Amino acid sequence: MHAVLNVKWVTDMTPKRKKRILLIGLMLTGVATAAAFTLKAFNENLMYFYTPSKVIAGEAPQDRLIRIGGLVTEHSLVRKSDDITVTFDVTDNTETVTVQYTGILPDLFREGQGIIAHGKLQGNKLFIADEVLAKHDENYMPPEVAAALKASAGSDSANTKPN
Amino acid sequence: MIPELGHFALILALCMSLVLAIVPMIGSLNNTPGWVDLARPAAHGQFIFLVIAFGCLVNAFLSNDFSVLYVARNGNSQLPDIYKISAVWGAHEGSLLLWALILGAWTVAVSLFSRNLPAEMLARVLSVMGMVSIGFLSFLIFTSNPFERIFPVPLEGGDLNPLLQDFGLAIHPPMLYMGYVGMSVAFSFAIASLIGGKLDAAWARWSRPWTLIAWVFLTIGITLGSWWAYYELGWGGWWFWDPVENASFMPWVVATALIHSLAVSEKRGAFKRWTVLLALLAFSLSLLGTFLVRSGVLTSVHSFAADPARGLFILVFLAIVIGSSLTLYAWRAPEVSSGGKFSFFCRETLLLVNNLLLVVVAAFILLGTLAPLVFDAMGWGKISVGFPWFSKMFTIFTPFLVIVMGIGPLARWKRQDPAELAKKLRLALIVSISGGLLVALPLFYEGSAWSGFAVMLSLWLVSTLFISLRQRYQYRGGISGMLRDLGSRGSGSYYGMVIAHFGVAFFIIGITLVTQMDVEQDVRMSPGQTIELGKYNFRFEGTRTIQGPNYRAERGTVRVFDHANKEVAVLSPEKRTYLVQSKPMTEAGIDPGFLRDVYVSLGEPLGGGDWSLRLYYKPFIRWVWLGGILIGLGCLLAATDKRYRVAKSRKVAATQGLSDQSVSEGQPS
Repeated sequence: MHAVLNVKWVTDMTPKRKKRILLIGLMLTGVATAAAFTLKAFNENLMYFYTPSKVIAGEAPQDRLIRIGGLVTEHSLVRKSDDITVTFDVTDNTETVTVQYTGILPDLFREGQGIIAHGKLQGNKLFIADEVLAKHDENYMPPEVAAALKASAGSDSANTKPN
Repeated sequence: MIPELGHFALILALCMSLVLAIVPMIGSLNNTPGWVDLARPAAHGQFIFLVIAFGCLVNAFLSNDFSVLYVARNGNSQLPDIYKISAVWGAHEGSLLLWALILGAWTVAVSLFSRNLPAEMLARVLSVMGMVSIGFLSFLIFTSNPFERIFPVPLEGGDLNPLLQDFGLAIHPPMLYMGYVGMSVAFSFAIASLIGGKLDAAWARWSRPWTLIAWVFLTIGITLGSWWAYYELGWGGWWFWDPVENASFMPWVVATALIHSLAVSEKRGAFKRWTVLLALLAFSLSLLGTFLVRSGVLTSVHSFAADPARGLFILVFLAIVIGSSLTLYAWRAPEVSSGGKFSFFCRETLLLVNNLLLVVVAAFILLGTLAPLVFDAMGWGKISVGFPWFSKMFTIFTPFLVIVMGIGPLARWKRQDPAELAKKLRLALIVSISGGLLVALPLFYEGSAWSGFAVMLSLWLVSTLFISLRQRYQYRGGISGMLRDLGSRGSGSYYGMVIAHFGVAFFIIGITLVTQMDVEQDVRMSPGQTIELGKYNFRFEGTRTIQGPNYRAERGTVRVFDHANKEVAVLSPEKRTYLVQSKPMTEAGIDPGFLRDVYVSLGEPLGGGDWSLRLYYKPFIRWVWLGGILIGLGCLLAATDKRYRVAKSRKVAATQGLSDQSVSEGQPS
């Protein structure tokens, strides 16, 4: 009984099987297209991290979203008097980049603290941020910033004292 | 003294879990009933010791015992009692203890409510759960002992992170953990069945209610987290594609695929290998979530401590669990019969498509979450994957998912005539397309193509659900028939599905409309100044200082008027400074509504009484969480379906049905 059923299954399926192969082919094409699209979009949305030293050295791209990070230089925060635009300096203790941001700074933003900013470079020294992140812990240092400070301290063992 | 007792109880719990993992498993393999019977007492013993350990830690917090390092760091005598208790899971060590406790609770629950399981099977399931428990308990004891003492004893504790001093967040972690850990039940059932080589409809029926309940917790946990982020972080956001959110969302997505695939395995005996694989994946992703959150490899609000030893431990644990379960799968799965045959177009196929789409969604979230780690490890630079990518990917795949979701419940099992189905769907198609167009055109509403699209998808779901309800109405013979039918087998599953899918319809409208039509502005305001935003005028009336129980705050007053100059709401956003940790915290002022929220948060003082303020108009934001709640409720209803209880009380019938199934599938039993 079982064998008979099986035979019937196979003979019945032959024309359908062609259809099935065609459909599987179509599905594979679809998956491949989707994968290609996904990876392309993925590549466009990657945000690389640059230290102020790398930005000054001209290694950071001008036309795409990037992240920069470091310590906010003491007494560098300047507010415009009429709206909510601020500028402040971010340093890895070797080089410094000025960040301009219009909006409300996070609660834990303070001078002397590590921050990360998302945005685009304008020229070589000014960074227009559309997002500024400071983490919800005073003792916390974003790993990228910690690494940047360490690298900077290693390259010129100057008077660097990370936080 | 009491903390030492807790530590001791923890070690005894580990001993119990060792017994549970080893003895019943061996007993089940060489048929030693005495050893098999040890599973239940061992599970109970483990749980009792975990309760004692947890109780000791709670006691240490309530009695302000700052000689315990963990309490000294995270507790404070000024904390309200409820937050003293929630502080227990406010950081790494305690949250792991909670995890272990919940695992112990699930283990006991399985041992109590699975009396219909064959003794060996139950022994194996509990045993696998014991193995997972060994991993977590040794992690606790060897790397993260919550009972460690410090000397000299500080006079006051370091306080709980102010962000966590909130009711929503007090219950968010336990909910999420109930979900994560609950996935271990489906996992253990799958592993136990693979060991026994017996994967059949009965196995699916046993795992299904457990998986459904775990999924309910996960759903509610994620929804709570999103709601909390919205009102507590002060940015008005409700989902950030933050690595830690992704860590909870991935297991959710895979578990969603799992509960649908389990339905097919139970009803049709098909997809069994696939279902097992999903069960393994869902729990593996839960573990990965723990690894991502707890090891501190990812930077996030949620990561507590970066400690390489802990990270390494979890990584090795993860490798062992995933590696061994996949090896077992590769070894045993080929022996599993492929199960019920079905033709090319039918409900099974539609559920398969839904499963594939969900797995694809989980895969791209995994890609985006792990890419920064991979790039860093390979030295390709430090990257982060932007929010827009996740949103884009999600928007590409979800519509297909929703379309299939609409058709699925109307299609027949096994074989479906496409023409008949098309006839059923015609009305839904007309309703959804015309509704979508109406919203997309600027005739009645603001008009946006995306909003129209979302409304179309929602209407598609809603109208197909109504068609399905009407069909049931006809089959059951009117309303009275449907009412009589309410308590019967299968009706919980059905109405649960209907409610959950309605929830999805709400959710789609919520996320799309709030994304498309919200209005946000960061502004500088002087006292007395009025600013227009969206449909409302916001008048800032300055701030004053107030004193809270353990914080001081600047409280602003913002009056909101509509265009007829009628007062809509008075909002009191606060900028708090917690005294112990001296952290500033933003407490938003929100006027919630079914159709829209008005949301104001204070930025910084700019001198002369001026403040920077963040003003929001958020339409349909509540629908996002309403959807989440409906999805959870629907699933809960499905989990309480009578047939699981019937199966329990009629053990013999269940096993008989099981053997029938195996015979009809040509499987040697």
